[in-house]
Amino acid sequence: MTAAPTTAVDIAAAVRAGDVSAAEVVESHLAAIDGREAELHACNTVLADEARAAAARVDAAHAAGETLGPLAGVPVALKDNMCTRGIPTTCSSKILEGWRPPYDATVVTRLQAAGAIVIAKTNLDEFAMGSSTENSAFGPTKNPHDITKVPGGSSGGSAVAVAAGFAPIALGSDTGGSIRQPAALCGVVGLKPTYGAVSRYGLIAFASSLDQIGPFSATVADAAATLNVIAGYDPRDSTSYADGIPTIGSEELAGEVSGMRVGIITELLGDGIADDVKRRLTEAADALSSAGAKVEETSVPACIYGLSAYYLIAPAEASSNLARYDGVRYGLRVDADNITGMYTQTRTAGFGPEVKRRIMLGTYALSAGYYDAYYGKALKVRSLIARDFAAAYEKYDVLLSPTAPTTAFGFGAKTDNPLAMYLSDVCTIPSNLCGDPAISVPFGTGDDGMPVGVQVLAPALGEPALFRVAAALEGSAS
Amino acid sequence: MILPNGWVMVIGLEVHCELKTATKLFCGCPNMFGDEPNTNVCPTCLGLPGSLPVLNHEAVELAMRIGAALNCQIMPSTFHRKNYFYPDMPKDYQVSQYDEPINVDGFLVLPDGFRVGVTRAHIEEDTGKSTHVGGDGRIHGATHSLVDYNRSGVPLVEIVSEPDMRTAEQARAYVSELRAILVATGASDGRMEEGSMRVDANISVRRSENDEFGTRCEIKNVNSIRSLGRAIEYEAARQIELIEAGERVIQQTRHWNEQEGRTITGRVKEDADDYRYFLEPDLVPLAPDDSWIANVRGNIAVLPAARRDAVAAATGADASATAVATVVDLQLDDLVVAAVQAGADGRIALARASNEVAADAEAGRALDVAAFTAVIAMESAGEITATQAKTVLGELLANGGGDPKAIAAKHGFEAMDTSALDSIVDEIIAANPNEWQRYKDGDGKVTGFFVGQVMKATGGKADGKAVTAALVARAKG
Repeated sequence: MTAAPTTAVDIAAAVRAGDVSAAEVVESHLAAIDGREAELHACNTVLADEARAAAARVDAAHAAGETLGPLAGVPVALKDNMCTRGIPTTCSSKILEGWRPPYDATVVTRLQAAGAIVIAKTNLDEFAMGSSTENSAFGPTKNPHDITKVPGGSSGGSAVAVAAGFAPIALGSDTGGSIRQPAALCGVVGLKPTYGAVSRYGLIAFASSLDQIGPFSATVADAAATLNVIAGYDPRDSTSYADGIPTIGSEELAGEVSGMRVGIITELLGDGIADDVKRRLTEAADALSSAGAKVEETSVPACIYGLSAYYLIAPAEASSNLARYDGVRYGLRVDADNITGMYTQTRTAGFGPEVKRRIMLGTYALSAGYYDAYYGKALKVRSLIARDFAAAYEKYDVLLSPTAPTTAFGFGAKTDNPLAMYLSDVCTIPSNLCGDPAISVPFGTGDDGMPVGVQVLAPALGEPALFRVAAALEGSAS
Repeated sequence: MILPNGWVMVIGLEVHCELKTATKLFCGCPNMFGDEPNTNVCPTCLGLPGSLPVLNHEAVELAMRIGAALNCQIMPSTFHRKNYFYPDMPKDYQVSQYDEPINVDGFLVLPDGFRVGVTRAHIEEDTGKSTHVGGDGRIHGATHSLVDYNRSGVPLVEIVSEPDMRTAEQARAYVSELRAILVATGASDGRMEEGSMRVDANISVRRSENDEFGTRCEIKNVNSIRSLGRAIEYEAARQIELIEAGERVIQQTRHWNEQEGRTITGRVKEDADDYRYFLEPDLVPLAPDDSWIANVRGNIAVLPAARRDAVAAATGADASATAVATVVDLQLDDLVVAAVQAGADGRIALARASNEVAADAEAGRALDVAAFTAVIAMESAGEITATQAKTVLGELLANGGGDPKAIAAKHGFEAMDTSALDSIVDEIIAANPNEWQRYKDGDGKVTGFFVGQVMKATGGKADGKAVTAALVARAKG
């Protein structure tokens, strides 16, 4: 017998073939969680009983001769901002204390229909606001490559779950880089699909016009297999693409990039990017050139305003999305003499400092007398950025940049300086503002031996081109 | 009401109506009044984390019907979030159309021909319903509150008029006509008492029609058309009194107190909430295509004004007559027009429809046209008296139909023959010489006396008009 399969694609194939049972797959992953969870704290909830029961159902279906789904028996870790029926869904916030959703997110339903098994709910920066998972009300997650370093964020728990082998695939949500940046820092693949490709129904909103669910995986092929399952039209999400997005198949995953036009974004090679990260990007570009792609530097001028626009738009939407946590219907309630006191005390006790900061920023940006100068202007900048990227995509099939400016940093390194922390997302934010897809692929390590990620960006619905280039990079990474 | 010292009032109305859709605006929960609290709810209308809205096609259709009926342009539109905290609003924001409403620039013509501009008619979601326990019914001072979210997410259209009205009577006529239009188009059931139609009135006063608008107050909590008139007149008088006393009107929301017959201060608008409107990112822009709009415009029900005109044309009555409005309001106009077309006398058909049939309008709408026409024909031909006709109609309505001739025969109804009536009239004149002298001297008041005497003598079988005619003939003779 060959070694036990480790990738999602191989596990599903082995389960369908009867070479391994879903129960065995689940047990080996629960054992991996047992081995390192205490040290890494990737998970808010480990669903051992539920996963075993789900595995038994998959095995029973197989025994009954039923056709198994494309992710049969594959454990999946879910960022704890996706609703799971009857299972605590916390957003790593005290304010959702005790709340159990009465419904499943569409992605959960789709994964389960494909045979995948939810094994854990993973830690995140509270309400997905952060770049290090240090903003979790339940304590930080550690980077498995060096536990003195952050895993990135906000989907740090999901990135670590894959990097540490807790699950072959995980889902995260990406509002400004929250999948791609932790993927880069943890040395795994992370994809933010086209806005509208994956239903947001059941994803607890941070910034609705930017949020998108996507996969983490060890391989590009697993990211594609997961995307193929979770993407598709959902009548429950008005912003979901009616026609869906193209399925990613073996053709895209062959890594054939000959003749493709690749632009390296000049503005994302500036002073803020560490030299070791720049070197890996250059190597990645060279690898694509060697494979026959036409690679050159190109300017996307409005790109540099992305961070500023993002930190008005995202908090503005968040200030409204998070208003509902008021103590009236569910979650934490701190009683007071009157309704205003109850609101104030509940929200004061329930939200952490970063969430409060963003609610205040966003409330201010939308206020009468300030709207035009802040939120209104940010929306204009957002269209300028989209216009500049659209122009770039007339000349290039994909664009290339670092995923994050540096490798993983130490705990506490940026917690006292929100602006420094916000800069972690400078390379990833533009794709969210444009609604475009982007993927982070591991590409070697930095001077400190920690993983470096390279980001491939494509226009909306450009996932096929994105995967071609990602597969080529995966094949040439050292 | 005439205002003192030449003061003029200016009135603009905001009318919220609940749309008569099967389901709520953004989810599949039933849109049902009066069910057990918190039974028609789901993650979306409870605003649970992760839930998303999906726009109800039927609500858009009904909103467009309202726009078409109010002569509006139907526009591409968007939804915004109106942010404020309140326990009956589960997301702590209301999804509403803001600067790009679906219907704009319309008008409504009152029965007397006065035209009121309609600024806009936009779509929004309703809130839940709070009941504050303890205190005076308001949230401040309450010991606790109960919230029913069955109403949360029910589709509303808010219809905003121009400040074109100048009297309480016009405001009442506007609401009454608007209500009739909403009912006729099937967009809403327009029940003010159930809160499915809510009216807020903006009122200001000025010394003459040529002056600038004065500072306005918004009157809420008006629960009937009659209260609307009272509230407007009270509020105008209050403002005039203030100004004449050298004080000024402060812009504010005021609540109408029906028992006390006055408005009381609500929220002062000068420190108004900042709702931080922004485009709702969970919804996409709404742009009904031309064929949908054309289809809605082409299939609007015949509106009350046109139906009143049709009744007037058929019966010879004035289009603004109360009886005409009554049969149209109660949807008995088709019955009247059909009866006239079948040969019934228009004046009598309208009179019976707006009184006896209107008393049981539901049965009246189901009444067989031929049977109704036959009753009117029997009355106008003098085969039965008006009193007898009312009895026959009453039985038709109560029994859900029947043969008018058979009903009349069963009761022994028959018109008096002329000679029998003549001799009875002569006997009664002879028995009451003093009254007869007064009648001949032109005292109209004794007509009723003679008719009553004849009716008494004939057991109600005489036709009152025939008696009057007989009296006239004898007085001349």
